[in-house]
Amino acid sequence: MGTFHDDLGDLHGITIVVDTAGSLTYVGRCHEENDVQVVLHDVDIHDANGDGPTVDEYLSRAAKFGVFAKHGTLVIPRAEVTTIRRLGELAQG
Amino acid sequence: MPYPEEMIAPMRAELSQIGIQELRDADEADAFLSQKSGTTMVVINSVCGCAAGGARPGVTLALQHETRPDRVGTVFAGADVEAVAKVREFLEGIPPSSPAVALFKDGELVHFVPRHAIEGRDPQSIAFDLVTAFDEHCATKTES
Repeated sequence: MGTFHDDLGDLHGITIVVDTAGSLTYVGRCHEENDVQVVLHDVDIHDANGDGPTVDEYLSRAAKFGVFAKHGTLVIPRAEVTTIRRLGELAQG
Repeated sequence: MPYPEEMIAPMRAELSQIGIQELRDADEADAFLSQKSGTTMVVINSVCGCAAGGARPGVTLALQHETRPDRVGTVFAGADVEAVAKVREFLEGIPPSSPAVALFKDGELVHFVPRHAIEGRDPQSIAFDLVTAFDEHCATKTES
């Protein structure tokens, strides 16, 4: 599906899961991802070191309903990122 | 600040021209969703090209199915601000999402399609998901 901003990459406008080498997992709408950084809008963060659901439980609910955004825009250094997945693909199992 | 009406008018028309009721303010949305009998679908429309651009034709396709909700309404995120807020009151516990589609049966939410389940998908796939929900929850058949 085309977007109006093809220069920002295939994931522009897509809700993604950004896994990191640390305890944090980000879910947000991708603005741009490149070799330097991943820029997300309307972001929620799961901290595996925190109280609450496991990351799998968190992502299972996120895949079904989405997330309550707690950050307007976040910039994640690419060096911290291990994988990027589309949340919609998780939803489809 | 709401989107300029002249910009979103064609996006509204894509749904209203197939008979979907526009809910422009909180009172209209409340009255529409307070109808508890039967099935009610609400489309939260938006300007997003990579999601709503597929959602609108997906909804259009789905509503050609013989089984469909008793009533279908739409609000426009970023334009019908109060109406969208009212719809979200009926979606308690569900994160805000647009575009999105919600299906209620007898006043209870029975199916919800969030933005991320729409993004990047073709209209046929979106329609298939909706039609599957119609077949499960709706009884009204269109006249052939």
